[in-house]
Amino acid sequence: MSGTGYQGKNSIPHLTSERLLIKGGRVVNDDQSFFADVYIEDGLIKQVGENLVVPGGVKVIEVNGHMVIPGGIDVNTCLMKPYLGTNPVDDFLQGTKAALAGGTTMIIDHVTPQPGDSLLDAFECWQEAADKKACCDYSLHVDIPQWNETVKDELELLVHEKGINSFQVYMAYKDVYQMSDSELYEAFSFLKQLGAVVLVHAENGDLIAQEQRKILGMGITGPEGHPLSRPEELEAEAVFRAITLGNRVNCPVYITKVMSKSAADTITQARRKGSVVFGEPITASLATDGSHYWSKNWAKAAAYVTSPPLSPDPTTPDHLHTLLACGDLQVVGSAHCTYSTSQKAIGKDDFTLIPEGTNGVEERMGFVWDKAVAMGKMDENQFVAVTSTNAAKIFNLYPRKGRIAVGSDADIVIWDPNSVKTISAKNQQSASEYNIFEGLECRGGPVLVLSQGQVVYEEGKLQVQQGTGRFIPRKHFPDHAYQREAEQEAVTRGMYDGPVYDVVPTPKYITPAPSAKSSPTSHQPPPIRNLHQSNFSLSGAQTDDNVPRRSGHRIVGPPGGRSNITSLG
Amino acid sequence: MSYQGKKNIPKITSDRLLIKGGRIVNDDQSFHADIYLEDGVIKQIGDNLIVPGGVKTIEANGKMVIPGGIDIHTHFQMPYRGTTTVDDFAQGSKAALAGGTTMIVDHVIPEPGSSLMEAYDQWRQWADEKACCDYSLHVDITHWNDSIKQEVDNLIKEKGVNSFQVYMAYKDYYQMSNSELYEIFTFLAERGGIVQVHAENGEIIAEEQARMLQMGITGPEGHVLSRPEELEAEAVFRAITIASQTNCPLYVTRVMSKSAADIISQARKRGNVVFGEPITASLGTDGTHYWSKNWAKAASFVTSPPLSPDPTTPDYLNTLLSSGDLSVTGSAHCTFSVSQKAIGKDDFTQIPEGVNGVEERMTLIWDKAVTTGKMDENMFVAVTSTNAAKILNLYPRKGRIAVGSDADLVIWDTDSLRTITAKTHNSVAEYNVFEGMELRGAPLVVICQGKIVLEDGNMHVTSGVGRFIPCAPYPDYAYKRVKARKQLAVLRAVPRGMYDGPVSEFSMSRGGTPSASARTSPTKQPVRNLHQSGFSLAGNPALCGPPTPDDIPIRPAGRRIVVPPGGRSNITSLS
Repeated sequence: MSGTGYQGKNSIPHLTSERLLIKGGRVVNDDQSFFADVYIEDGLIKQVGENLVVPGGVKVIEVNGHMVIPGGIDVNTCLMKPYLGTNPVDDFLQGTKAALAGGTTMIIDHVTPQPGDSLLDAFECWQEAADKKACCDYSLHVDIPQWNETVKDELELLVHEKGINSFQVYMAYKDVYQMSDSELYEAFSFLKQLGAVVLVHAENGDLIAQEQRKILGMGITGPEGHPLSRPEELEAEAVFRAITLGNRVNCPVYITKVMSKSAADTITQARRKGSVVFGEPITASLATDGSHYWSKNWAKAAAYVTSPPLSPDPTTPDHLHTLLACGDLQVVGSAHCTYSTSQKAIGKDDFTLIPEGTNGVEERMGFVWDKAVAMGKMDENQFVAVTSTNAAKIFNLYPRKGRIAVGSDADIVIWDPNSVKTISAKNQQSASEYNIFEGLECRGGPVLVLSQGQVVYEEGKLQVQQGTGRFIPRKHFPDHAYQREAEQEAVTRGMYDGPVYDVVPTPKYITPAPSAKSSPTSHQPPPIRNLHQSNFSLSGAQTDDNVPRRSGHRIVGPPGGRSNITSLG
Repeated sequence: MSYQGKKNIPKITSDRLLIKGGRIVNDDQSFHADIYLEDGVIKQIGDNLIVPGGVKTIEANGKMVIPGGIDIHTHFQMPYRGTTTVDDFAQGSKAALAGGTTMIVDHVIPEPGSSLMEAYDQWRQWADEKACCDYSLHVDITHWNDSIKQEVDNLIKEKGVNSFQVYMAYKDYYQMSNSELYEIFTFLAERGGIVQVHAENGEIIAEEQARMLQMGITGPEGHVLSRPEELEAEAVFRAITIASQTNCPLYVTRVMSKSAADIISQARKRGNVVFGEPITASLGTDGTHYWSKNWAKAASFVTSPPLSPDPTTPDYLNTLLSSGDLSVTGSAHCTFSVSQKAIGKDDFTQIPEGVNGVEERMTLIWDKAVTTGKMDENMFVAVTSTNAAKILNLYPRKGRIAVGSDADLVIWDTDSLRTITAKTHNSVAEYNVFEGMELRGAPLVVICQGKIVLEDGNMHVTSGVGRFIPCAPYPDYAYKRVKARKQLAVLRAVPRGMYDGPVSEFSMSRGGTPSASARTSPTKQPVRNLHQSGFSLAGNPALCGPPTPDDIPIRPAGRRIVVPPGGRSNITSLS
């Protein structure tokens, strides 16, 4: 673990004493399930098998045939995302407590610098806060709020020295975070060279801005204006565009927050055509829908405000679970970003000002179990894949995280498929007043959670210690995302030496393709052609290639004789 | 329409024609009947017609009589960097008539920054002088501001233009931003216009072009490599999204690839009002020729979006045309000589774009779609004339054989077989992109404005007889559905009490809000009517959702919120 010296302080001391044996469990990985005991020492899994030889005096946990799964990885949280000077009510302490209570032993939080801020400073600020407060291991995505040359240097530094391999770009939030297609193209190209994963917030910001103006103009200022101004089409459109860009640049694309059927279908179709694209539905889109935006209770309606919005189509969660089960969508995040009602009320007279974000870090694994596994859509192995393994693969944490195997981190959850609980804000760890899953029954939940080899949650009680969470650096070029590349070649043909129409050089007539001029890449003079080489072989040869023809009398033979290339006979 | 009175009366009156023994094929049915033409209009249809003596009779001998074709997309006499396309209105419309097309719709392309109206007048002048067949005009919107709005309004109301093209490609030149597209779509939807889009993602093209040139690819193959079909599909998808948001009918010009056509099909299946126009070139040939060793030949295929290098594309597009997923066919006839194309001999981005196809259009569709059994003769009429007439709001004057319709007719010979070659075509261009193709089906007799212009292989055309046909706004074919949806899609706010709980302190200064757009909004927020309670989102049941369980008591967690001064709120249920 290079580059992790700064966190050594909290990883070693309290772990050494812990030796644990999990007896009689059924180990469930993403590829298979089997009965085995698991022996843990120093925060690592040391042995997996039957009749293990372990030192005396080891604490034994009898699990009686319950499932033993890798701890969940929540790939999308925003525990410190500032909004107009206020921070979410769940910070790294509260948020990671909620994560652990739900069986999630690692989070990847978004560093969200404002346009103009240094990415590096923001990263360090986030890391400092998390090192102080986090109760479970964490890693960080860095969001790119704007594109320019200094950002490039910082990205390089973050990838090579800070252990960051994923960056988010925005297609929405016009005039703030939004990037143009050209900027996206450049960002994709650059990040691809660095071997990073591009996360995309996919919504068409231009159209949203227009729609918001229209909706406000109609006198709709409440939370229902939020989904009305961000219809799911705009999400699907941006997903399609992001995938197109990814294909052109040959860069893996990761769509954060898949909220609607049409966006998910777009991803599905692209994968069928061979695009390297990953989709991340979140707890909210998997468990509830956008009909609540029309609630008469303003505070409740506002609690659901997130972007892209929850789809008002109530069949959405079911559809997304189906795609998750068949592998068309790969990972589940929570996009946990909670604001109190008084913070949401910043937008009480204008829905565009409501801070965006919903809860879900604690409920994430439970709802996937309840809506997909308990319903028979998904098996337990796929459950492990979408809640931890796939995330670990995409972000290059595998097999340290996301698998129960010798040498992996001892982040383990004993899962009870039969527990039933009713979600309510008063019972959940989050500090927010509203829980968007309020009143929903959820089957399946953790009975015991181990983080770094220590029991942190048992029988409904958390035993966490603030600041024990380690920053986990991630290497670039994750295997799971990076593969293919293709090259284009020029056709070798003789130079055209026929007559050329004289172009009026007035500036009034620009060429319709002047784009090359605005490109930052400098024009290089075309290389000298090899007129002798002739290796052309693309089935495009035509029967009439050699037949010279003429018509019209405009073209006279050029001075110096007639061209043998252009066949103007 | 006084401006055209000068030429439509005098020379047509003398022409009376009887077409005997033909089988009339319209888009809905085929039947045997005679047709009597007088004054350039169809006067009678039926058996045993009573006609004046001395009428010239054409024996059709059971052959098909179809409405003359309408080529909805041409660029005759188009200026380009100080030169013009080699086929002017005379040459171009002659080629059209030779192929059985009796009406063309040309694109007016104003330079960015110049007046649409002046460009329109210029095109009218050119066409009135030279056109041999009737014509209409599309106007391209190459930039967008308030004065353009006024001009578009005038063009619709006074000048008989109902369709306007916008560009999503040609960055820093014609290209429109998404916001501008949204405004244009909204504007035209309110005035009953048809939005045509040139759908390609110009920003990515610009990046790709720079990359290709940097790699040393300067020949015509760079054109297709820098404009892969994905970029076409992406733009089509985006255009459809914008059109759907603004409730505006959309017309995608030049559908060149399978993926773009698929996007249109899918959108139509979802109920979007969108029309796709494949062109002669995309229906008849493919983009493998860009790799030809003959530079001049490769360059002659350069058009945008490019022909797809996938050789199965033409077949696929013909299938979608037959199934009705694509609606009309144009030619995008825009021909440059080899020396003009050679402007871009060292840089493919400079090659003037355009291919031929006005003459080959109908024959090619007959050969590729009807003789292969994909399409019946009625559908053939629909995609070559009727649908275009409906979109332009010219139906049933054009695109149908019926009493009162214009006497633009073609007697179609299904058995004729001929080989396409630049030696015999009517275009002036040296290359024909369909060179060497053997095509079945051709016009035997072409009648335009009641006069025979093609007979026994001989053309009798008169330059300048073509009339401008004004197109009225709100064509039913596109707007009936749009109007109905407009009435349904009324959005209402949820009537709820004002939130009167505590509001967190916040500062607007730092970084700005993520939803900055509201600040730029010119509209004022109206005062809420707390008494009204008429929420109904008709027409979109999914949006209504189930009744929300509002009565579930919501319990707080955390103690940040204290009871506000003045008592507890009954709205926000913070107990």
